[in-house]
Amino acid sequence: MDTGRHIVLKLSDLTIKFGGLVAVNNFNLEIEKGELVGLIGPNGAGKTTVFNIVTGQYEPTEGRVFLHGQDITGWRPNLIAAAGIARTFQNVRLFTGLTVLDNVLVSQHLRLKSHFLSAALSLPTYSGEERRVRTTAMELLERLELVPYAKELAGNLPYGQQRRLEIARALATNPRLLLLDEPAAGMNPEETARLMKFICRIRDEFDLTIFLIEHDMKLVMGICERIRVIDYGISIAEGMPDEIKRDPRVIAAYLGEGGE
Amino acid sequence: MRKHLYAAYTKHLNTLLTLILVGILFLTLRWADTRLDDFTLRILRTGAVYIVAAVSYNLINGITGQFSLGPNGFMALGGYTVALLMLPLPQKKFVWFLKPLIWPFNSFSFPSTGLFFSLALILGGLMGALGAFIVGIPSFRLRGDYLAIATFGFGEIIFVLANNLIPLTNGPLGMKGIPELASIYWCFGWAVIATLIVKNIANSSYGRAMKAVRDDEVAAEAMGVSVFQTKMLAFVVSGFFAGVAGGLLVPLITTISPTLFTFTMTFNLLIIIVLGGLGSITGSVITAFSFAIASELLRAVEAPMNIGPIHIPGIAGMRMVVFSALLVLLMIFYRRGIFGQFELSWDWIRSIPAKVADKEVPKKWTREDTSS
Repeated sequence: MDTGRHIVLKLSDLTIKFGGLVAVNNFNLEIEKGELVGLIGPNGAGKTTVFNIVTGQYEPTEGRVFLHGQDITGWRPNLIAAAGIARTFQNVRLFTGLTVLDNVLVSQHLRLKSHFLSAALSLPTYSGEERRVRTTAMELLERLELVPYAKELAGNLPYGQQRRLEIARALATNPRLLLLDEPAAGMNPEETARLMKFICRIRDEFDLTIFLIEHDMKLVMGICERIRVIDYGISIAEGMPDEIKRDPRVIAAYLGEGGE
Repeated sequence: MRKHLYAAYTKHLNTLLTLILVGILFLTLRWADTRLDDFTLRILRTGAVYIVAAVSYNLINGITGQFSLGPNGFMALGGYTVALLMLPLPQKKFVWFLKPLIWPFNSFSFPSTGLFFSLALILGGLMGALGAFIVGIPSFRLRGDYLAIATFGFGEIIFVLANNLIPLTNGPLGMKGIPELASIYWCFGWAVIATLIVKNIANSSYGRAMKAVRDDEVAAEAMGVSVFQTKMLAFVVSGFFAGVAGGLLVPLITTISPTLFTFTMTFNLLIIIVLGGLGSITGSVITAFSFAIASELLRAVEAPMNIGPIHIPGIAGMRMVVFSALLVLLMIFYRRGIFGQFELSWDWIRSIPAKVADKEVPKKWTREDTSS
């Protein structure tokens, strides 16, 4: 393997304006392969907006997004997913009318090779591919311990399993970079601790780079190697968890003290 | 490995069972064809045409979740295509007596054979698909319920064109004397083809993408599904079979006029797919067929009646009042329709003994309605 720095995601001078509001202002970030980077900040700081720009839901007013050096600014979300970025959502967005297995299978649609007509006529070439993707999906469910739920409707799962399924669904697109938007939202401390282990495990097992937004400081401080803090759309600090904890600007942003 | 073999085995078994069912259907049709009178046969054929139209309509409305109001327009395209191709030349000269029919239709007609009829039907289907393609491109670029407005408008445009393009459609007078080619085998044959193809699509990766778009467009797109392409695919396939259904209806009743494809047609189909359960193909098949039969049986309510001393004169259109009232009641008390999203399948039928033994209610029947 090459020993040089391998930048997976590079955001340069990202700015997005909604009318008069500057939601993200001049945001720069580089994430190396295999890193686990956290993005924190108070409510409304623009964290999810950064995610939405990276995944193509929003097009930035200024600035570029690079994935493995390739400029992906302004691409449609489905093309960005195909290029290797997968995400989860702050408020779980599963396909509630589909089974757990089908939710994961939807993510494999983008790699489908069979032509539409061979699927419509159920030709052997399609059936073969369908069998293969089902096997892959079941293997993934097994690794994420979701097999017992495979035939349940996603909407009927308990909340914790829904969150896990959302990660499984993202992993099924075969991503290189995984964006997790508040994965611990609504979880109790015990569940959060289990989630931390889980995130570290999937990073190693699936050879991923992870970028996550989180409010739960314990989770962020526990697993992230590097943390970026934003407030009012502006980066205010970056560093190791210990540095961030002591940074006066971060404390001010979170506790609302009069600033520097 | 064993699991894998079992899956392959059940798949082949299901195919075999489907073939047996189609065989039984064919024998039933042969029996019906020789024993039943023309009037009853016509009702059965209409039922089969309704199956083609309803199943394809369900693909876009129920499975993909895009509210289209367009099938009457696409059926009209298919219907006029088949009428223009199949109406014999001497009959054409007789029909267009005010203004001449335009080229090329004034110079040729397909012979009244099965081969040319199927070619005409496929061309009619392609016209329906083309119509869907043209409406779909601008509508699906926008997010939201623009499709309903655009498709409703499209149906009205087709109606106005059919009334006024006299050199092509003969206007409000329409055409008559179209050979009665849509026999019971043709109608049910296409019903089987449409149902199997829509079922294959719904169960395939493309169908999963359609359902994902229905449940959550943003999430579907983030997982790599091209929302625009997926909607277009469902809509064009739906338009194709709507065109075929229109093309079957015309040589069934042997006449065509613009009033055959008014918005009432779409409204009937909407009742069918909502009654059957949006997203349930088997539900649409069963209700489409029942609808055709029920609307004949309900002719009784349109006849003059004497209830004791009170005389009620016959009210034309009373059937639609009954159907509309049924729809309102359904929406109030049973929003998911008769089948919901449930599909009657061989796998489900096989699982009945196990379920009875476990006294377990199948999950799909107890599912909470999450749409609001």
